[in-house]
Amino acid sequence: MNVLGQALALVADPYVLLVMLASGIFGLFVGSIPGLTATMATALLVPITFFMDPVPAIAAIVTAAAMSIFAGDIPGALLRIPGTPASAAYVEDAYRMTRDGRSRDALGAVLVFSAIGGIFGTLILILASPALAEIALKFSSFEYFWLVVLGLSCAIFVSPGSPLRAMVSLVIGLFAATIGMDNPAAQARFTFGNLDLLAGVSFIPAMIGLFAAAEVFRAMVHGRKGATAPLQPDTKGLFSSQIANMRRYPVQALRGSGLGTLIGALPGAGADIAAWISYAVSKRFSRTPERFGHGHVEGLVEAGASNNAAVSGAWIPALVFGIPGDSITAIVIGVLYVKGMNPGPTIFLHEPQLIYALFIVFLLANLLMLPLGWLAIRLASRVLKVPQKVLMPIILLFCIVGAFSITNSAYGVVLMLVFGVLGFLMEENDIPIAPAILGLVLGPMLEKNFITSMIKADGNWLAFFERPIAAGIGALAILVWLVPLVRLILRRRAA
Amino acid sequence: MLHPFPPRLPLGRVGRNNSGGETDMNRKTFLTGLAVSAMLAVPGVALAEYPERPIELIVPWGAGGGTDAVGRIFAQLLQDELGTPVNVVNRTGGSGVVGHSAIAGANPDGYTIGIMTIEIDMMHWQGLTELTYADFDILAMVNADPGGLMVASDSEYQDAATLRDAIKAGGAGSFKGSGTGQGGIWHLGALGWLMSEEIPVENLTWVPSEGAAAGLTDMVAGGVNLVPSSLAEGRALIEAGRVKPLASMSNERQALFPDVPTLKEATGSDWTLSVWRTIAAPKGMPEDARAKLNAAIEAAYNSETYQNFMNERGFGLRWAGPEEATQIVAEDDANLGAVMKEAGLAKE
Repeated sequence: MNVLGQALALVADPYVLLVMLASGIFGLFVGSIPGLTATMATALLVPITFFMDPVPAIAAIVTAAAMSIFAGDIPGALLRIPGTPASAAYVEDAYRMTRDGRSRDALGAVLVFSAIGGIFGTLILILASPALAEIALKFSSFEYFWLVVLGLSCAIFVSPGSPLRAMVSLVIGLFAATIGMDNPAAQARFTFGNLDLLAGVSFIPAMIGLFAAAEVFRAMVHGRKGATAPLQPDTKGLFSSQIANMRRYPVQALRGSGLGTLIGALPGAGADIAAWISYAVSKRFSRTPERFGHGHVEGLVEAGASNNAAVSGAWIPALVFGIPGDSITAIVIGVLYVKGMNPGPTIFLHEPQLIYALFIVFLLANLLMLPLGWLAIRLASRVLKVPQKVLMPIILLFCIVGAFSITNSAYGVVLMLVFGVLGFLMEENDIPIAPAILGLVLGPMLEKNFITSMIKADGNWLAFFERPIAAGIGALAILVWLVPLVRLILRRRAA
Repeated sequence: MLHPFPPRLPLGRVGRNNSGGETDMNRKTFLTGLAVSAMLAVPGVALAEYPERPIELIVPWGAGGGTDAVGRIFAQLLQDELGTPVNVVNRTGGSGVVGHSAIAGANPDGYTIGIMTIEIDMMHWQGLTELTYADFDILAMVNADPGGLMVASDSEYQDAATLRDAIKAGGAGSFKGSGTGQGGIWHLGALGWLMSEEIPVENLTWVPSEGAAAGLTDMVAGGVNLVPSSLAEGRALIEAGRVKPLASMSNERQALFPDVPTLKEATGSDWTLSVWRTIAAPKGMPEDARAKLNAAIEAAYNSETYQNFMNERGFGLRWAGPEEATQIVAEDDANLGAVMKEAGLAKE
């Protein structure tokens, strides 16, 4: 208990609290601008943390990262520009809710359940780190291959509308992912000698194009009528309305948090897969699956909790084995070393007050999310008061800036525009966009894990079922595909 | 979107200093310009004292990686030395081709410099680009990390000589290694070692991975036999007792791992390989800018901040001035080219 007291004293320092507040605001700012990511927020903070003590240094990064992941949901819900691939899983629901004049409910749900997911993930981090890290170490390319297959299958089955159209969209995404030379054999594919294309299709410019630029084009083509006319939200009762959601969906919130933490703790997976799988699980077990994708809050609750829990979960392998769980913890491990908090099982033995302080910072950061998030929603909602004629060019401007910032060249902007036109054409033909995003994000992982597994197994297919965890996830993935087929056959027989 | 945030905290202050400096500079440029242009028709750029505006430091690898960390701390220190903002710009992709091309292709006015990594000695052999180290003005080498040889703690090979004999006896495809992509630097490091021991390179199958951490995780999970990456990258797993370091591919033992023998001590092999990072500029920089940069880089390298940062991160400190650095880069270019040709990784 003495250690806990020391840890509390370390965190309760006004300097630390001020740093947390400042980096929280910084994180919100970066996260809510499309194209600026949580990883970027963390990388920008690192040089500043050189001059801080360990606790404020880590506090700055933890707070900024948590805040920017949540803030990515704000432009997603208000303008249909998902800040991260993780929020792309439920952007359709959130945006539909905004169009129906329920942006308060949508953003409130994302905010409150993000905080709940983050806190849940932190509790698991505190209580079960060593055990979970052991499980994470058992995952090799075979297990990840099946996990990615499961994630991609989810994209098809959760998509509203026909699975065939979802499949078309997924294949478009998977194709775009094959461009460039960042593949296992380092072969340049579909680059036509172009230097920029060697780097492949960067998914953030593509995502901004598919969702946001496409929306601008739609407004241009269809005029005021076809374009969405966002209604003004208000923040009154932002929190109280979530109590009802908590009563209605307690299982969903817990399931999302649990699954998110678990997937986040796997170094080869992360918040993206976590959000999609949780959204799919939510739809599968929902009493009203038909309402998903049409502005239903249930998926927001589960997937929103899941991706924030995954962010906390990513710290588990990072702290115990120095293995980054995602791109943010990859940066954090470097900072931990510089601050003398060397990751490893011994991190809990040497200077335990620092680790306890870290845990307290995690809890505080997730609590701080509530008031700061409320403020951000209140400010950001004013965007919707702007008339369409003015708003659309501004969105396009943000698209250009965001796309440029990822590649630091005009290539990102061209990429964004190409995908904008593609997204427009897809939506005009009722092809959903979300599966393409997932294909683009998971395509490289699918290929990489498949190729490395085949190399390791000397080309033996059965190796995909030889390891117990791989066999389990593999069986589940195959079942996901078989069940609808079997049902279809049974229905035809009955008819 | 990295430029609007110079790595220093108070954004407002940097901005103010900046504009103040510019006004000053404009007046000075104007006066000297007036005086000199009467006699000589020299472009104004050469007259203003370098540096008069922010410098861009291109990092060819992603934010958050090791090269990015070195780039960012250097930007910070150079900023203090030169008194002008130094902004880090990540130009990633294409195994480093995109970023290196951006450095070499920039205007050689001293306002664009970059971190050049060992991949410059590999990419042209692979046929990815025409670009070689000769297209750069190498200012200094600021870091080098020797390769290592690591196995899982429960591996049956507990020293490098036993492992070597087993690979030699095993035949084609008997061992699997991981830690970088196909033809990546640690892959070449392992192959170079095998060649120095006169073991056919086919005996080691390479399992491509995204970086050493992924390869190490896979090794602990039982996927591959060995990872030849730098020992610093396996530090946490070594300390956790999951990974056993067998050797270091350096001339001397590493300060962080005094119990790990060099490859020479362990097996008698002469093979050494270090992954280095240099600061480079496009060829043809004006002499005054070059001299100023050289002095600033050397001061930054010797600063306590840099030395402490590198030691705590477990990165190897290695200083080489322009001539020595260019020589090391050229030697590695020849060595890596030989390994890549032998292994069939080079484009004919």
